[in-house]
Amino acid sequence: MKNKLIELRNLTKNFDDQQVLKGISLDIYENEFLTLLGPSGCGKTTTLRIIAGFEEPSDGQVLFNGIEISKVPPYKREVNTVFQKYALFPHLNVADNIAFGLNLKKVEKSVISQKVERMLKMVGLSGFENRDVTLLSGGQQQRVAIARALVNEPKVLLLDEPLGALDAKIRKQMQLELKKIQREVGITFVYVTHDQEEALSMSDAVVVMNNGEIQQIGTPTDIYNEPENRFVASFIGESNIIEGHMIRDYLVEFDDFQFECVDKGFEDNEEVEVVLRPEDLDIVEPEHAKITGVVRDITFKGVHYEIMIETEKRMYNVHTTDYAPVGKKIGLLFGPEDIHVMCKMGAY
Amino acid sequence: MRRRNRAGMWMVLPLTIFTLIFVAAPLLYMVFLSFASQSSSGFGVEWKFTLENYKRILDPVYRNTFYGSLRLAFSTTALNILLGYPFGYFMAKLSAKKKKAAVLFLMLPFWLNSLIRLYGWIILLQKKGLVNEVLLRLHLIDKPLKILYSYPAILIGMVYVLLPFMALSVYSSAEKLDWSLAEAARDLGAGRCYAFFTIIFPLTLPGLFSGIILTFIPSMGLFFIADILGGNKIVLVGSLIQEQMTRGNNWPFAAALAMVLLVVTSLLLGLYKKLTNSDVLEGIG
Ligand SMILES: Nc1ncnc2c1ncn2[C@@H]1O[C@H](COP(=O)(O)OP(=O)(O)OP(=O)(O)O)[C@@H](O)[C@H]1O
Ligand SMILES: [Mg+2]
Repeated sequence: MKNKLIELRNLTKNFDDQQVLKGISLDIYENEFLTLLGPSGCGKTTTLRIIAGFEEPSDGQVLFNGIEISKVPPYKREVNTVFQKYALFPHLNVADNIAFGLNLKKVEKSVISQKVERMLKMVGLSGFENRDVTLLSGGQQQRVAIARALVNEPKVLLLDEPLGALDAKIRKQMQLELKKIQREVGITFVYVTHDQEEALSMSDAVVVMNNGEIQQIGTPTDIYNEPENRFVASFIGESNIIEGHMIRDYLVEFDDFQFECVDKGFEDNEEVEVVLRPEDLDIVEPEHAKITGVVRDITFKGVHYEIMIETEKRMYNVHTTDYAPVGKKIGLLFGPEDIHVMCKMGAY
Repeated sequence: MRRRNRAGMWMVLPLTIFTLIFVAAPLLYMVFLSFASQSSSGFGVEWKFTLENYKRILDPVYRNTFYGSLRLAFSTTALNILLGYPFGYFMAKLSAKKKKAAVLFLMLPFWLNSLIRLYGWIILLQKKGLVNEVLLRLHLIDKPLKILYSYPAILIGMVYVLLPFMALSVYSSAEKLDWSLAEAARDLGAGRCYAFFTIIFPLTLPGLFSGIILTFIPSMGLFFIADILGGNKIVLVGSLIQEQMTRGNNWPFAAALAMVLLVVTSLLLGLYKKLTNSDVLEGIG
């Protein structure tokens, strides 16, 4: 098991009379790429700023290597931040921006220039030492910001929506590079985003937040395949969320039919919610399926069709490569492992 | 392209004519005037080229007036920096609502005639005025200070009148500042002080420089403050020019004095441009 590096214990944060963090508890491990994911205003940035030391929690603890640090000022923490809008110093050139932290530590000039050069090489900006940072492109500024943070060899790098300002193509490329850099330097990244695809493709662990509370912590696969509640299921990817109840272990009933499933541990007859991912559903002839309906709409999405099927009870969203014309009667097919059963919770 | 240019020329024509009539012509007239002399009758101007006026400025009496004015301008500016910089800086850190109130508060005096405001200072600074009263009550002094009609009184008046310019131009520079830069500096290991002096201060320099220009140049000419609060004891270039034009009736000499003042201030403006590489003054441009 890896070492625990940071522990957040029951953090709360109030601004004025508004509680924006309502008890965040989270372990962050060495060498981990951890992502805080959630909709705008859910408290991701606030959590990150508490780790960085720019905010003090109203209550709760922040432990670093087991030592309480919530009152330690930012400059004494072995943590560096990549800010959303980069926050490069406009009056300093690329090299001086990167060297800022090292200059403060009175590192020898020759060592500094060596380290700066190495960093620039790592982020793919060799030879940019004397450039004016204000004249760099967004992607380049981002790289400088990452180099400026990493050159200080922090134990943890905090990144607050670092790719938010970049266009889709550079974004994709930077995602890959960030992941590569993280593996190369072998430190912990705590990454904030509200883009679920980004979170799933880069992270070792994803923390889904909403309304100042953690909804689920898990690997991307867990989060996607086994959402713990309706919020996670609807926030991550598209899904059909259906109310039903557990007959007993491995048997669930919804839409008036009983289905075998792989979930257990619920009480008999407990009210639950069932997630069916659109891509897990197949269309077949009506006689081969329990649930049947009529095609109401079909849209070509590139790789697949998105088909809206109206059944007796509801509208289902299905992603499939098979074509079916509007008005056709059709059956919905899915296996036990495609059914994800969740505890029922307050509506979102 | 050419047609556009020509259209542009027509558009700026009224402005050009305006500038020629109201700026260039009087200036040129002043230059000529400064090389003429007072007619022997004591009234009017004798149009004969002479360097006499400029030679006269080198006379210790007048030279010292220039030194005195410069000294006052420098001390006024220095005090303005010390008071106005923090004022403008902290103003920029206020919440949006308080910012508005602070700007309004700074602009308020502009709506009142500055002479009236200066007479207010006379009341405050006089022997039995509020300032002395408070100092006496606090037992900081045991007999009233003679502040009015002294150098410090002039300085107080100058700083009072010019402080808003400094504070507002620093404010407008600091207001545009990205405060996450200070956080970035602290994140990289800087204490608050170091972050201020390496990041914040250099980035507010344009505002500070324009504040300096906006306070230094007027302070060379605000003679009425010296007249009212200094009781005519300290003569500044501004009052000298005014006196030469009115009581002395020596317009050519007044013109020469004005020309020297103009050259000194232009040199300082040139220095500013060189230091900041900018043509536009922060806060007014
Ligand atoms: N300094 C502050 N003063 C008052 N309220 C604040 C402050 N900082 C954040 N908030 C509030 O706290 C809540 C959480 O903000 P936070 O910035 O952590 O959200 P976020 O998850 O990062 O959102 P986004 O994705 O939009 O960046 C918001 O409602 C915000 O308005
Ligand atoms: Mg945020």
